[in-house]
Amino acid sequence: MAKPTTVTTESPVLETTTPAAKPPLAKAGGVAGWLDERVGLGGLTKFGLRKIFPDHWSFLLGEIALYSFIILLLTGIFLTIWFKPSMAEIEYMGSYQLLRGVPMSEAYASTLALSFDVRGGLLVRQIHHWAAMLFVGAATAHMLRVFFTGAFRKPRELNWLIGVGLLSISLIAGFSGYSLPDDLLSGTGLRFVDGLIRSIPIIGTWAEFFVFGGEFPGSMVISRLYMLHILLVPGLLLALIGGHLTMLVFHKHTQFPGPGRTEKNVVGYPLFPVYMAKAGGFFFIVFGVTVLMGTFMQINPVWMYGPYNPAEVTAGSQPDWYMGWVEGAIRIIPNWESHIAGTTWSWNVFLPGVGLMGLLLTALGAWPFIEAWITGDRDEHHLLDRPRNAPTRTALGVAGMTMYGLFWLGGGNDIIATTFDLSLNNVTYFLRGAVFIGPVIAFLVTRRICASLQRADRNRVLHGSETGVIVRTGDGRYYEDHVPISEDEAYTLTQHPAYPALEPSATHDAAGVAIRPKVTRRRSKIRNWFVKADQPKPTAAEIEEAHSHGDHGDQKAIEAGDKKALTH
Amino acid sequence: MTTSEPREVERIHPVADPGVEHHVERWTDVDEAAANRVTRQITFMFGMVPLLCIAFVVFYFAIDRSATVDFAGLHAPAQHTLMGLAAGMAILLVGVGAVQWARLLMNDHEQVEERHDIASSDDTRKEAVAQFSAGVEDSGIGRRKMIGTSLAGALGILAVPALVMFADMGPWPGPGMRRATIERTVWAEGVHLVTDVTYNRIKAAEMEIGQLINAQPEVLKEMAHDDPIQFQREKAKASIIIVKMDPNRIKVPKSRTDWHVGGILCYSKICTHVGCPISLWEQQTHHLLCPCHQSTFDLGNSGVVVFGPAALSLPQLPIKVDAQGFLVAQRDFDVPVGPSYFERDSSKDYQDGDE
Repeated sequence: MAKPTTVTTESPVLETTTPAAKPPLAKAGGVAGWLDERVGLGGLTKFGLRKIFPDHWSFLLGEIALYSFIILLLTGIFLTIWFKPSMAEIEYMGSYQLLRGVPMSEAYASTLALSFDVRGGLLVRQIHHWAAMLFVGAATAHMLRVFFTGAFRKPRELNWLIGVGLLSISLIAGFSGYSLPDDLLSGTGLRFVDGLIRSIPIIGTWAEFFVFGGEFPGSMVISRLYMLHILLVPGLLLALIGGHLTMLVFHKHTQFPGPGRTEKNVVGYPLFPVYMAKAGGFFFIVFGVTVLMGTFMQINPVWMYGPYNPAEVTAGSQPDWYMGWVEGAIRIIPNWESHIAGTTWSWNVFLPGVGLMGLLLTALGAWPFIEAWITGDRDEHHLLDRPRNAPTRTALGVAGMTMYGLFWLGGGNDIIATTFDLSLNNVTYFLRGAVFIGPVIAFLVTRRICASLQRADRNRVLHGSETGVIVRTGDGRYYEDHVPISEDEAYTLTQHPAYPALEPSATHDAAGVAIRPKVTRRRSKIRNWFVKADQPKPTAAEIEEAHSHGDHGDQKAIEAGDKKALTH
Repeated sequence: MTTSEPREVERIHPVADPGVEHHVERWTDVDEAAANRVTRQITFMFGMVPLLCIAFVVFYFAIDRSATVDFAGLHAPAQHTLMGLAAGMAILLVGVGAVQWARLLMNDHEQVEERHDIASSDDTRKEAVAQFSAGVEDSGIGRRKMIGTSLAGALGILAVPALVMFADMGPWPGPGMRRATIERTVWAEGVHLVTDVTYNRIKAAEMEIGQLINAQPEVLKEMAHDDPIQFQREKAKASIIIVKMDPNRIKVPKSRTDWHVGGILCYSKICTHVGCPISLWEQQTHHLLCPCHQSTFDLGNSGVVVFGPAALSLPQLPIKVDAQGFLVAQRDFDVPVGPSYFERDSSKDYQDGDE
């Protein structure tokens, strides 16, 4: 019998070799070298090109706002080519038959021309308007994300303030924009602003005459709003966005807690190529979706409203969504007005209009500093809070959202009444109370939910995850099997800092001399209220104990542990 | 009480940091065929973009402007719709392709970058303080404080000319200017009440109970052509509504018994809240509702507020009939119309119960 042939799996003869791959950029020469010698491109590249960004869907909200802003700039430039910011009256002779021969302002006529006579004009107008809605919406959502995850904490307080500035200016941007076409709806909005400005105590009439160049509506306001809308406001926005992003790069992005994520590092993917493709691609996705919205979803059909006429208004007139809450407050406030020594103080307009907006922006701007004072936390924070781990902050945020939402509903009290066959008066009376009671309920409910979620986390760490498998023991008892969660998850659920309740510290030293207490009585009280809902984190010993019992399958211990955990 | 340092923040990690999670390979990492398939998909997306752009240009030039599309509830200009569809899809495909490339093909190993301290080191701070002190020393401002003070004053005062420049933004609403503008309308003795838009005079005898007419002063007709800007201003104040109610079913105070003509009353149409024109008329209750913020006025009771955020009654215009029986004004409104303003003397407005 012949010996079997030896089989070899490797043969040096057959091994293929490839020449060493040429790196894409062997050395900095050519254009790169030219630039490096002039602007130090090499250093910039080394610093920024492979910067790491963490990944999370909620980090895209700010990106949407940024991209909508770019879309607004691009489409806005197109619109300025045809739009005429003039209140001069002309007779419309354009191609929209229903308004031919109607006297109107040049602003309105040129908006009609953009919509009917310029190819693609309607498309760009609608993209611009949708992008504006999206811009304020995404900025608001982004701000909520930053608030609920505590991303505003040290060292990012200044960037939060820039964000508050951006949000307030974006409201002006939106308002000044939808006032420009000078149609019946936008004119009604201007009439409202006229009343709002007038209501400012002492200087109101002067402010009105200065803004409108005399009596409402006058001939100046559209061209002035135009300057505001295409020069001043976008300039401010650009500058603030620049600052916002510069600080973002300087601070490096925050990240959600997880395995390997610490306060000292950032885990994610490099800017080049991953985020250039992801973020750059996302810009095109946002743009593409906005274009499709502008194509298929009609917005602000000004030709249906007709030119502005101070003697006309349509029922159901409403501002764009982001002004809805101010509109609501204006609608539901009782008719308070004081008449003192020949003067009139219109609280019914000033408080909800000017006061409420001021209050919201002040509260937002002050919050990082208030929270830092309450917690006494002076550390840098680069790991985000899971909202449940800051129950009082989360509850305050939800209370604020509830109040905003109820005011916002007030902005449509007539639509609600007609749609649901309710009494308009009752809707209004209800909202008058609800805007104060609703937030309190929301606060209490949210804080309890947060506490419960913390307990659930604790149970998960101690006793593992439910398997859905019911086990019957030999002596007839039933229990559900639990499997331990992964180390990764256990770490994620237990890494957050704890804020124990604090006693007021001594006001006198050992010798009986008065000293400034580190924790004053008042701060102790507020702090303890702030951390009241926090559940104790499982300690290493507790985890050890629970696991060792769990290994033996002793269900009684788990049940006992459950009870113990729940009574905290 | 404890004298030890209170601990504001506790940082205890009961579970040790296990380090960055293991990389989970994607289908495209292990299966070359899958990766090739994704590559083809992405290339297809990018490849569609030029076609869509060509389509866009064709739609721009070739489609008749009056053509419309009617499809699944959509009724829109064909050019607008198809251009938007082509451009939107083209832009979207660039984005989706790029994101897919990053998601499925690019290296997805998570990387760790250390953060640097944001605050400067003590040495840097010391150096910065020293630099600053040296600068202050060089400037000599420590010895010559007057320079600094006067410079600060000089810079501050520069704001004054800058701000004064804006004083011409509008006429100054002093008492005289207010009387000539917001405290006056074009209504005057003998001015005819005419219907809005058509400018027809209104015969008192032809009005019926429950009827409401949106009206204007006749003088606006000429102004519409001669001075459109002033026309808008005057219209924003002079717009009125005329209602005829059963005189026995309404309350007319003594002071206003001669303000109406047989149950025909005339009120400002401009809401006293923020100035919307009010026009929702409830015939049975005599209520007039503002569609903007739902202030409701009782026209059967001198225009007092019965609901909503408005505080002041709707100003009433005293009217009479001329020799031919047409409605004319007796005089201008007694109080300023429209929204309140600070200098407004609101003591003369009608309040419920006034005689």
